[in-house]
Amino acid sequence: MVMEHAHPHVHRDDEGSKMGIWLFLFTEVLLFGGLFVLYAGYRFAYSDGFVAAAAEMNTFIGAVNTIILLTSSLSVALSIAALQKGQKRLCMNLLWFTIISGLAFLVNKYFEWSHEIGNGIYPKGPALENMSSGEVIYFGLYYTMTGLHGLHVIIGMIFIGFVLNFIKRDIITSTNFQKLENAGLYWHLVDLIWIFLFPLFYLVH
Amino acid sequence: MSEHITTETHAAHEVSYGTYVMVWLGLVALTAVTVTIAGIHLGSVTLVAALTIATIKTILVVTYFMHVKFDNRVIKVFIFVCLLIFITIMVLTFSDLSFR
Repeated sequence: MVMEHAHPHVHRDDEGSKMGIWLFLFTEVLLFGGLFVLYAGYRFAYSDGFVAAAAEMNTFIGAVNTIILLTSSLSVALSIAALQKGQKRLCMNLLWFTIISGLAFLVNKYFEWSHEIGNGIYPKGPALENMSSGEVIYFGLYYTMTGLHGLHVIIGMIFIGFVLNFIKRDIITSTNFQKLENAGLYWHLVDLIWIFLFPLFYLVH
Repeated sequence: MSEHITTETHAAHEVSYGTYVMVWLGLVALTAVTVTIAGIHLGSVTLVAALTIATIKTILVVTYFMHVKFDNRVIKVFIFVCLLIFITIMVLTFSDLSFR
């Protein structure tokens, strides 16, 4: 008995942990998948309205946000490689860069939404009276899907914040970094969803 | 005091910084292409092109950034099954919409 206390038997299952996060990511895919099916159905029924509404989108901001998220995905991927090489400082800086990128994305989104709400595009807003039902549905889906995505960006930033703290305290190390990988996988999924949201809402005109 | 640690083999495959940067360059280039194509007003081709490019970008992100390329078979089968369910839902939805 004393021996067991002297040598605690720590069981760690990285593959199991990775499978767990993938299973969770699939539920996320199906959550957004349902909304994409909804988008597809309405786009099929109201393609003229969708094209007219998408023409009002600022493609430039959308493209900038796409580049921001792609770059933040790169920095997460690089942070794992850095930690594996034992470069803890670099790893932490890359993760800070990711969080700041997420923030930049949200700031852009804030200005975009403010602009649209300023133009009267919101539930029962004045602009909706002059719109066809296709356009109204487009903006409904736009706010729902980009809003839900924005929420995921915020959650991803918090997730990475916890991971940063674990790295600082050496709980996540160069030989024990599955938590960092899981945070990375989540962040990449958030990026992937945007890869589809961007063309579907900004480039359909 | 050394801890006895049992680990389910962590396939610590190291991907070089260069590989990640190349993938990122590819993703940025594809973004530029998709924005350019959308600007030419090709009608229905725009949507097909945009979704094709988005799919290529997804494959790049999943393969390299999410390093599924170096993961074991179980994860690959996982992803395949999930994809199959999603495609099935999409195909059924569209067949319903098209034959109404």
